[in-house]
Amino acid sequence: MKKYKDIILDPVFNNNPIAYQILGICSALAVTAKLETSIVMAFAVTFVVAFSNYSVSLIRKHIPSSIRILVEMTIIASLVIIADQLIKAFAYDVSKQLSVYVGLIITNCIVMGRAEAFALQNPPTMSFLDGIGNGLGYSFVLLFVGFFRELIGSGKLLGYSVLPLSTEGGWYSANGLFLLSPSAFIIIGLMIWGIRTWKPEQVEED
Amino acid sequence: MFEHYLSLFVKSVFIENMALAFFLGMCTFLAVSKRVETAVGLGIAVTAVQAITVPVNNLIYNNVLREGALDWIGLSEADLTFLGLITYIGVIAAMVQILEMTLDKYVPKLYNSLGIFLPLITVNCAILGGSLFMVERDYAFGESVVYGIGSGAGFALAVIALAGIREKMKYSNVPKGLRGLGITFITVGLMAIAFMLFSGIQL
Repeated sequence: MKKYKDIILDPVFNNNPIAYQILGICSALAVTAKLETSIVMAFAVTFVVAFSNYSVSLIRKHIPSSIRILVEMTIIASLVIIADQLIKAFAYDVSKQLSVYVGLIITNCIVMGRAEAFALQNPPTMSFLDGIGNGLGYSFVLLFVGFFRELIGSGKLLGYSVLPLSTEGGWYSANGLFLLSPSAFIIIGLMIWGIRTWKPEQVEED
Repeated sequence: MFEHYLSLFVKSVFIENMALAFFLGMCTFLAVSKRVETAVGLGIAVTAVQAITVPVNNLIYNNVLREGALDWIGLSEADLTFLGLITYIGVIAAMVQILEMTLDKYVPKLYNSLGIFLPLITVNCAILGGSLFMVERDYAFGESVVYGIGSGAGFALAVIALAGIREKMKYSNVPKGLRGLGITFITVGLMAIAFMLFSGIQL
């Protein structure tokens, strides 16, 4: 039992896909201007990683290694199409805001990386849990960045006013820089600094 | 007409820079920017692949996938746009493979210097992103050629610039926890702020 727990929790802090493995950064930065889009994206990626790991692991003994990348790509692309259609069906406004980034989950290196590094060597249940764990690690970074960007940038969370804006008679004047793309880099940079100060074994020596 | 293409080119290189404005291709961007030499190789490879795949995907989208495009075989109501993603990634993987074989045969010197970057480009989101943006913005064929070259050149420019900064950064005393990935993120953030200056330009 403890092993399963480790598989799920390890990627959240110790081996985080974004902060430690440098995987899947692109989408993490682009969709985090609001908490809502971050949550939808986090769900979509967790779904895709978990099920692609599961499917790849199921057929791992039957894939010839020379065409495995092609097979993995096809599985991943099919799952992403399902996720894309689901988001379009149930959260149309959010899907408009996410624009091309849902499709880009295909090239999100987390999905491919986990299929290659974990699912090809491990049984389906463990691969599924590894997918969930890495999805959670990704979600953690996304929600962290999305939370600060929306709160500081527009004084709201999920569209509800938390810090009343001075333009609407409150006291908080919004810092527009946090709604713009570069702030995401700086927040993640500082977050990595925090994680590495807390867990010094992750520090890189150049 | 020429002016339109020129402004689209400048726009895709500077204002809508793939790496610094849309955050595409970040994984390779951060991983392969330690030295200027390798960054140049990656930049050339991305530009070449982008210049081929965006126009090819444009042709496929307009002649096969788009709603009503299959009129010529009597399927005027077919709408295959939902197959877009899987088609584009297939085209990209095939193109990268063909490019790799062509370079290996005719320009082995360039092939050797690009090395591992060519196959890696298949999973570079800037390439797939270029095709998706082309579809979303409904570019015509000529525009897609210019956009492909421009967005590839923009990515190359950004990765070479970052590699230059990181080479110089070796000499500075960075706080321990920030070393490596952390400081790179912050550097890229500052570069992106600089690139935002272009966003006010109207072409």
